[in-house]
Amino acid sequence: MTLNVGPQHPATHGVLRVKIDLDGETIIKAEPIVGYLHTGIEKNMEAKKYNQANTMTDRMDYLAPMSNNLVYVLAVEKLLGVDIPLRAQYIRVIMTELTRLNSHLVWLGTHATDIGAMTMLLYTFREREKILKMYEMVSGVRMMSTYFRIGGLAQDVPAGFDKRVKEILDTFPSKIDEYEGLLTENQIWKNRTIGIGKVSAEAAIRAGLSGPLLRGSGVNWDIRKANPYSSYDKFDFNVPLGKNGDTYDRYKCRVEEMRQSLRIIRQALDGLPDGPFITTDRKIAPPPKAEVLKNMEQLIHHFKYWTEGIKVPEGDAYVSIESPKGEIGCYVVSDGSPNPYRVHFRPPSFVNISALNLLAKGHMIADLIAIIGTTDIVLGEVDR
Amino acid sequence: MLTDQIKEHLEKNRAADFEWIKISHGDLVGEITPDKLIELCRYLRSDADLQFNFLSMITAVDYLGKRERRFEVVYSLYSIPQHHRIMLKVPINEDEEIPSLTVLWDTANWQEREVYDMFGIRFAGHPDLRRILMDDDWLGYPQRKDFPLTYEVPRFSHNFNELDLKDKEPGEDIR
Repeated sequence: MTLNVGPQHPATHGVLRVKIDLDGETIIKAEPIVGYLHTGIEKNMEAKKYNQANTMTDRMDYLAPMSNNLVYVLAVEKLLGVDIPLRAQYIRVIMTELTRLNSHLVWLGTHATDIGAMTMLLYTFREREKILKMYEMVSGVRMMSTYFRIGGLAQDVPAGFDKRVKEILDTFPSKIDEYEGLLTENQIWKNRTIGIGKVSAEAAIRAGLSGPLLRGSGVNWDIRKANPYSSYDKFDFNVPLGKNGDTYDRYKCRVEEMRQSLRIIRQALDGLPDGPFITTDRKIAPPPKAEVLKNMEQLIHHFKYWTEGIKVPEGDAYVSIESPKGEIGCYVVSDGSPNPYRVHFRPPSFVNISALNLLAKGHMIADLIAIIGTTDIVLGEVDR
Repeated sequence: MLTDQIKEHLEKNRAADFEWIKISHGDLVGEITPDKLIELCRYLRSDADLQFNFLSMITAVDYLGKRERRFEVVYSLYSIPQHHRIMLKVPINEDEEIPSLTVLWDTANWQEREVYDMFGIRFAGHPDLRRILMDDDWLGYPQRKDFPLTYEVPRFSHNFNELDLKDKEPGEDIR
């Protein structure tokens, strides 16, 4: 029997449609059908200037907007060959790790709700709110922050930032204990997740899985450790690995990743250096407003930046970073004009959901919901 | 291995496969012809020193009017055990086909479908080459440079007669 799931269904985490062939209640084949949210972000970016295109990256994975910002600005910065002030790099690390917490919290809440633990959503969204408040504090916006700019940050963190982050750092570990107390040894949770959606390390690599989906199968690959970017090499943290490659191991990995993120944030906050928050190269970043009003030269820079944009040297570059979902990559081609000639994102959600059949084949139809949950997809990123 | 070591290794063993190979922005980039693609990837994946076992990304760029061959298909391979990366570029013409990498990596399936959907580049040997993000009955390939980005010309009373849209191809009335 062929059954259609979605596209409008809360358990598909957006507008994902799955066509499943069933034998009784057993899945023979699950074919995900995507594209319902395609908005042509890559095409639109070609018509925008480099600094304008940055705002579109937030809208792909809206649960991890800062990770998307980071991969895009890193790719453009690679083409420009610009050095980023250390303070900006550290703040980027703090904010992307908060983003990881944000994304994992939504994943945990929705994943648990899908399987039947309704309470989790209320708890995780309570903590997520605190992180969104941090977003608002630094950028003025709760979700589509565009806080990272080419060359550094939009603005320095406001006074009281470190106190608020410390507050999160102090309260968060007990909250993670609370989540784990509800789920980790819960017999229903274990029955619904252990042995479900099993994938071997070899098959996972062939399928291009990355992030917690790959690490749940025991493959030690975290880009933050393997190819450090934005000063990640200065921080001490562990990469949690699973053994069996099932939904339960991936759950354990992600929960442990939250603890490790807290470790990174604490180190970055303690070592946060003073200095500029954006490069002083006025061809890449606009001058501060106070200088624009007093200095003729800065006024020219200001005018040229906002009218002509940034001139990026001809060439192409690929950068990949560890987003909460896996490897997010950005390929930028420049033809020397202020508009990117081509931007392509390697979206982890798109690649991960393409392996749905591999994970779901042979399981019961009720397990499909657990498996979609464990792939942790955001359809905005799948379809772009 | 370091990037320049990989470059030396490849220049020594597989120089004939590459049109050119260079280090650009710290990354190894090589250009090849479509017929060499599968064999070279198989070698890169199985060579004990290189171990490029992860196909990270497939995409394409449309160089309409800029280059002799219109499209360039770009592959990014990564080695999970060794943490290094190589980018392969394959220039092709509009009427040419390129072999599908689905024989080596399952992840090539959807990524090649996306390239086909967006650029109309055909992958020979792909098991399921259909549109993926756009509708099945969509006309044209959106990421091509000659595909218009947006809007229809607004029809007012003063230009209503000028805009005769009856004989136009679909998509021709939008700019």
